[in-house]
Amino acid sequence: MTTESDTLLGVRDLRVSFRLDKHGKQPDFEAVKGIGFDIPENATVALVGESGSGKSVTALAILGLLPPENAIVLPGSRIVYGGRNLLELPKNALRDLRGRDISMIFQEPMSSLNPVFTVGYQIAETLRLHMGLSSRQARARVLELLDEVGIPDPQAKSSAYPFQLSGGQQQRAMIAMAIACNPRLLIADEPTTALDVTIQKQILELLAALQDKHRMSVLFITHDLAVVGEIADRVVVMRDGGIREQGSSDQVFGNPRDSYTRALLKCRPPLEKRPQRLAVIEDFMQADIPPPEPAERRRGVVGSEPVILEVRNLGKSFFTREGLFGKREFKAAHGVSFKLPRGKTLGVVGESGSGKTTVGLTLMRLHEATAGAALFEGRDLFSMPEAEFKRYKRRIQIVFQNPYASLNPRFTVGQILSEPLSIHGIGSGDAARRRLVDELLARVGLSEAAYHKYPHEFSGGQRQRIAIARCLTMKPDILICDESVSALDVSVQAQVLNLLQDLQDEFGLSYIFISHDLAVVKYMSDQVLVMNRGEVVEYADSDEIYLRPQHPYTRKLLSAIPKAGQRIRRQISPA
Amino acid sequence: MNTLTIATPTSPGLWALAWRRLRSDRLAMAALAVVVMFLLTLLLSATGIVAKNWDAEVGVNYAPPAFLGAQTAEERGVQGIDAAEEAPPENPRDPLGPILRQLRAERAAAAGATGSTGGAALDDYGIVDPLAREIAEIRGGQGARRAEAVQEKRATLPFGADKWGHDIVLKTVKGSETSIIVGLAAALLATLLGTLLGAVSGYYGSWVDDFLNWFYSVFTSIPYLLLILAVAAVLQQKGVATIVLILGLTGWTGVYRQIRAEYIKHKGREYVLAADAIGASNLRRMFIHIFPNVSHVALVQLSILTVGFIKSEVILSFLGFGVPVGVASWGSMLNEAQNELILGKWWQLAAASAAMAVLVTAFSLFTDALRDALDPKLK
Repeated sequence: MTTESDTLLGVRDLRVSFRLDKHGKQPDFEAVKGIGFDIPENATVALVGESGSGKSVTALAILGLLPPENAIVLPGSRIVYGGRNLLELPKNALRDLRGRDISMIFQEPMSSLNPVFTVGYQIAETLRLHMGLSSRQARARVLELLDEVGIPDPQAKSSAYPFQLSGGQQQRAMIAMAIACNPRLLIADEPTTALDVTIQKQILELLAALQDKHRMSVLFITHDLAVVGEIADRVVVMRDGGIREQGSSDQVFGNPRDSYTRALLKCRPPLEKRPQRLAVIEDFMQADIPPPEPAERRRGVVGSEPVILEVRNLGKSFFTREGLFGKREFKAAHGVSFKLPRGKTLGVVGESGSGKTTVGLTLMRLHEATAGAALFEGRDLFSMPEAEFKRYKRRIQIVFQNPYASLNPRFTVGQILSEPLSIHGIGSGDAARRRLVDELLARVGLSEAAYHKYPHEFSGGQRQRIAIARCLTMKPDILICDESVSALDVSVQAQVLNLLQDLQDEFGLSYIFISHDLAVVKYMSDQVLVMNRGEVVEYADSDEIYLRPQHPYTRKLLSAIPKAGQRIRRQISPA
Repeated sequence: MNTLTIATPTSPGLWALAWRRLRSDRLAMAALAVVVMFLLTLLLSATGIVAKNWDAEVGVNYAPPAFLGAQTAEERGVQGIDAAEEAPPENPRDPLGPILRQLRAERAAAAGATGSTGGAALDDYGIVDPLAREIAEIRGGQGARRAEAVQEKRATLPFGADKWGHDIVLKTVKGSETSIIVGLAAALLATLLGTLLGAVSGYYGSWVDDFLNWFYSVFTSIPYLLLILAVAAVLQQKGVATIVLILGLTGWTGVYRQIRAEYIKHKGREYVLAADAIGASNLRRMFIHIFPNVSHVALVQLSILTVGFIKSEVILSFLGFGVPVGVASWGSMLNEAQNELILGKWWQLAAASAAMAVLVTAFSLFTDALRDALDPKLK
């Protein structure tokens, strides 16, 4: 559908390096290694890659927003827009172009909006600066724009501050600001990554509709190939600063030529079947022939399994002070009941604010339960004294969401893994403990050299392996995984999910698997608990949930899962 | 793209990385060299290798610095005691002169005639003085010592002398020892107090935090100098230990607020939750998990306080609430210099101020660089 003539912007042989230290002791890091692609008029181009692939650097280079102190655009690179090379434009000409012809929306709507100005003011500012509108004209246009991006009651919302809007509305406001001057190119850098799946779907629909209506082009940057399948005309797959594959959406999704692209498509857990193991990048990169389809894994409970943990009516409320003596109760979770059979996985799924994390933390007594009981081998975990609970602590462990935050940055990996051993008196003597730690490191796929290193020297996936190893030191019976793979790239996510499955097979662990990602939960779990606003709305076998969802909320979650290659309807729905 | 993991053969911790950043900062290294020089001098003087005899009266009173040359007696202004004791030369125009001479001659004749005194000295009125021998002995001894002293006392010293003839260079070295020790010890005490209270307050929250905050607010509502003077009045004794206590007990508030804020921030972090999950006790979480992550804040505060307390000691001693008389410190030197300036003796003031200015400037520059090195994101 595109020809050479209707190219809006062309990237030619773009190479960007970063200076790592000012004395030149370390060689420069080449982030983008000579890439080239076109953005046609009136089309959506998706730039897909995992972290470190150079996709964001490319976007920043187009906008001229690379950090000047250490980024070097190597000679010979060109970004052609309207017959001019953007890399050679003087600063003010480029600034003129930015915001008017080319605009951008970012991943975190909350931090991209200035918290001390109203939303309306911030949009109007763009209009006054670039379009030369008067305040009155700008105000009228702001209302039109807010209406166009589907924010209800534009009059009221235009005088609201960013924190008064929900995450989805904030992103809509950012989009309104970006399209305010009718740009010809909209660059969207991971615009839905920070949002819930149902909101993500709405924003994708909105972007698709706006692109169609304004006949602009969109450069959509994301790490998730599945997301762009619904809106992209063309797809560019990047890895390690180079382009692995580019082509029309149908071709890339229907008939991917590159092994890396195939791997990316395969390593997301599929909804309709459950392979024994997920495919990982290495499977595809080593052999050029696709690996054979693995056998199906059976999940589900029959009802006769021994129950290791029974939770009855768990409730957790938070209280905020109101006035002098009053307090307001906020029910983060209430009436949550389930049975966890030994060696099985219970998935807990829900959007942000549904109370799923609260359930996990309360079971660990990291929050104090306000109601209910948790029977572990017949003993109530919530009512026993702290000293007695310490013995149970080592039998229930938790892996947190953010591997960058859950490891103490001042501890070496060795210290992190030895600490639980010394606290609980596991292993006799330092030598025995060291041996145990080394074994565990090997088990989670890290080398012994990791022992003396600090967490910051590892990638996200490796850190999550360290966090898992820390739990395993205590040989727990139950492992709570609180969004443990959400912060990871899809390919790394597949590796960690495989590791978790292997560990379950090997040690007979029981998992409580908490996630917002229904596809991952469905793949990992025997039973699924769907939560919304602190309450359980559905509790059934995972296949049952997927095939015959009972509750409308479950159906809504299922329909929001992005399906590669299926174009979405282009029509704006309200937030 | 936000994390570039670079494989390094060794694994530098926070401090190694900070040191690496600090080393590439030339100004910081120069400042550090000055500070280290002061600390070395302090060490030498505290162990008695240098400036042990700083209170020996090695020069004449107010001996000027060598580069100004010796002063004449008139320039010195004040007559030395030895000069006053010397027998005054005969004044030919003294009207009493002849009468006195006659009186002495008569008395000598009488003594020779009677011989009744048995060689004992008679005073001017012819009465036997029972203490005469002892006085003569003391006089003789004094004379000998005075002769010695006059022999050793020098007219000039490298950077002059004070009222008593103490060498200013040695006195400044000794004064630096006192001032820096007071500054460091008081800063350590204040940082320790502030860190402990801040950690407890921030970590436990609820009523502990309320109580400590209330205490802090009351404490800071008292004007600082008044508070110091009040504590000084309560402690009664003057001495280096007292002033360390005064400064330490009044100076913890800034550290407290900073550390408290850090603990509030850190206690909800996932790594602390993870430590809770593996069964680490409260104390363990507070001091083994969180403290290493906030220790750089305490270190920077320690450094800032040291500079502040060195200055506070100077002010207190200058006002007369500081170190006791007879102990050299920059503050007591400045205090003495008040009176000397009227006489035009500026060198004690110059020496103390220069030493203080150099150290405080170097220490402040080093503190800034240290903060940047420990928290590069702040820059």
